[in-house]
Amino acid sequence: MSGVSGLYLVLLAGVAGYVLIARVPSILHTPMMSGSNFIHGIVLAGAMLALGGADTFLEQVIGFIAVAAASANVVGGFVVTDRMLALFDKATIKKGNYAGISPLTIKSTVETSDSAQSDDVSKIA
Amino acid sequence: MNDTVPLALQLAWFVTTLLFIVGLRRLSSPNNARSGIWLAGLGMLIAIASMYFHPELRQNQVLILAAMSIGGGIALLHAQRIDMTRIPQMIALYNSLGGIAAGAIAMLVLLNVSEHGVLVKSLAVLGGLIGCIAFSGSLFAYLRLRGYFSRRSGFAQRQVAYIASGALVMLLGLILAASSTAHPVLLLLFVGLAICFGILMTLPTSAADMPVLISLYNALTGLAVAFDGFVLENPAMVVAGTIVFAAGSLLTRLMARSVNRRLSEIMYSGFGITDEAEATSTDKDHVNTIDSRDAAVDMAYAGRVVIVPGYGMATAQAQHKLRELTQLLDERGVQTSFAIHPVAGRMPGHMNVLLAEAGVPYEKIQDLSDINAEFSQVDVVLVVGANDIVNPAARDDADSPLFGMPVLDVDSAKRVIVLKRGDGTGYAGVENPLLFAPVTRVLFGDARDSVQDLILAIKGLE
Repeated sequence: MSGVSGLYLVLLAGVAGYVLIARVPSILHTPMMSGSNFIHGIVLAGAMLALGGADTFLEQVIGFIAVAAASANVVGGFVVTDRMLALFDKATIKKGNYAGISPLTIKSTVETSDSAQSDDVSKIA
Repeated sequence: MNDTVPLALQLAWFVTTLLFIVGLRRLSSPNNARSGIWLAGLGMLIAIASMYFHPELRQNQVLILAAMSIGGGIALLHAQRIDMTRIPQMIALYNSLGGIAAGAIAMLVLLNVSEHGVLVKSLAVLGGLIGCIAFSGSLFAYLRLRGYFSRRSGFAQRQVAYIASGALVMLLGLILAASSTAHPVLLLLFVGLAICFGILMTLPTSAADMPVLISLYNALTGLAVAFDGFVLENPAMVVAGTIVFAAGSLLTRLMARSVNRRLSEIMYSGFGITDEAEATSTDKDHVNTIDSRDAAVDMAYAGRVVIVPGYGMATAQAQHKLRELTQLLDERGVQTSFAIHPVAGRMPGHMNVLLAEAGVPYEKIQDLSDINAEFSQVDVVLVVGANDIVNPAARDDADSPLFGMPVLDVDSAKRVIVLKRGDGTGYAGVENPLLFAPVTRVLFGDARDSVQDLILAIKGLE
C-alpha cells in the first residue's frame, strides 16, 4: 500500500463512514457506537502480526497484552452490541412483526429474562 | 503492493472490509440491525482466521492462541453477565482495550526501528500516541461512570500540566520518529506521558457528558487502528479504522448537538463546578411531597398519564415495574405513554433499550418533539429518576448552565409527580426549579420501590 494510493483509500473510507452514519435515527446511536467499537477490534489482526514477529521477552509481553486486549475488544464489543439489538428485536416481535424470529433471538430472550426479576419473567413470556 | 502477502489473504481482507461496510449499513436501520452485527462479526472471523496464513506470522502461535483465549474468554463472561444499564461503561471499557492494543502495536514497531523508514515510524508514533490517549481517556471515563473519581477537582495547574504534557509528548514523538535506533526508555516515557495526557483530557468532563467523550475516544481508537494498519500494510485495518473514525466523529457531533453543547464546552468548561456549594444550600422546605397512596389516586383517575424515565430508572432497574404500572393503568382505561428525551439516561437510545427489555411496545414511546406540544392535555406526568432533561431553567433562565438545551415541558401538565431518590441535584449539578413548581409533588425513595408501592396502591383501590 504505497503512500498515495493509501491516501485515496483513507479518503474514500472516510466518506463511507460519514455516509453510513449520517441518517441514523437517534435511538440507534448507542448500538451504532457499540457496533463501531466492535469494528475497530480489527486491531486484533495487527496485534497477532506484532506478537507473531516478537523475538525478545519484552516484545512478547507487549505483544501478549496487545492480543489479549484486542480479543477482549472484539468479543466484548460483539456481545454487548448483539445483546442490545436483541432487545430491539424483542420489541419488534411484540409489535407483531414476526420476521425477526430466529433461534438466536429466542435464545437471547431467555438469557435476558434470566437476569430480570423472576416475578416479571412469567408476565413477559 | 503487499508483494509478500498471498493473494488469497488479500482477498480475505477485502471480503472482511465489505462485510464491515454492509454490516454497519444494516446497523443504521432498526429492522435489520441485528443481522448487521452478525455480518460484521463474520467479517471479523474471516480476518482473524486468515491472519494465521500470514507469512510474517512466524512464531509464538501458541502464545497468540493463549492471549486470544484469555482476553476473549474474560470478555465473553463479562459482557454476557453485565447489566444492560451499564452500556456506556462497557463501551468505554472495551474501547480502552482497543486503544491499548493499538498503542502496544505501535510500541513494538518502534522497538524495531531499524527495519522501518521515517514515514512508517511517524505513523507508528501517531498510532501509539492516539491509541494511548484513547486507552487512558476511556478507562478514566469508565471509572468515573462507575462512581470513582467522581469529584471534578479542577486543580489549579491542570491547564499547565495539560499543555506541558501535550508539548512534551509531541517532542518525544518527533525524536522517536526521526531517530534511527531504538530508545526503549524514551519510548516508555512517551507512552507514559500519552497516558497522562488522556487522563488530563477527561478530567474536566462530568459523568453526564461522558457518553459524548466516549464516542470521541471511540473515533480516536479507530484513527489509531488506521495508522497501525498503514504501518503493518493491512488495508482492512486502514479502511475499518478510518470508517470508525469518520462515523465516530460525526456521531460525537450529533450527540453533542442533542444536548445543545459544543464539544469544546464539554471538554473544557468544568460545567457546574462553581455552583455546587450554592445549589445544595437551597432549603428543602419548599418541596411539596406526596405519599404513594395519593399519587396512585391521582394516576388511577387521570385521563392521560405520561411517564418520563431518566437514569434513575436505569440504576433502580424500575423498567419492569413501570411496564406493570402502565398495564394496570391501561386496564382502568387510562391512556399511558412514555416520553423519551434524546439524551435521557446519559446515552441516546439508552431508555429505549431498557423499555424494550421490559417489553414496553414501541407505540407507547413518544419522543421530545411529539410529546412537547401535548403536555398541556396530560393529567399526570410521572418523572422517574430524571432531572436535567425536565429542568425548566434550560428554557426560562438564561443564566442556567443548561440554558438552550431542549427539555421536556412537563411543567405544563396538570400534575407532576417526581420520583426521587435523594434531595441532590442532577448530574449537571444544577438546581431544578421544577421541584418547587406549584403543580409538582415529590415522592422520595428508590424508584423501583416507589413504583411497586404505586402498583399496590392502585390495586388496592377496588
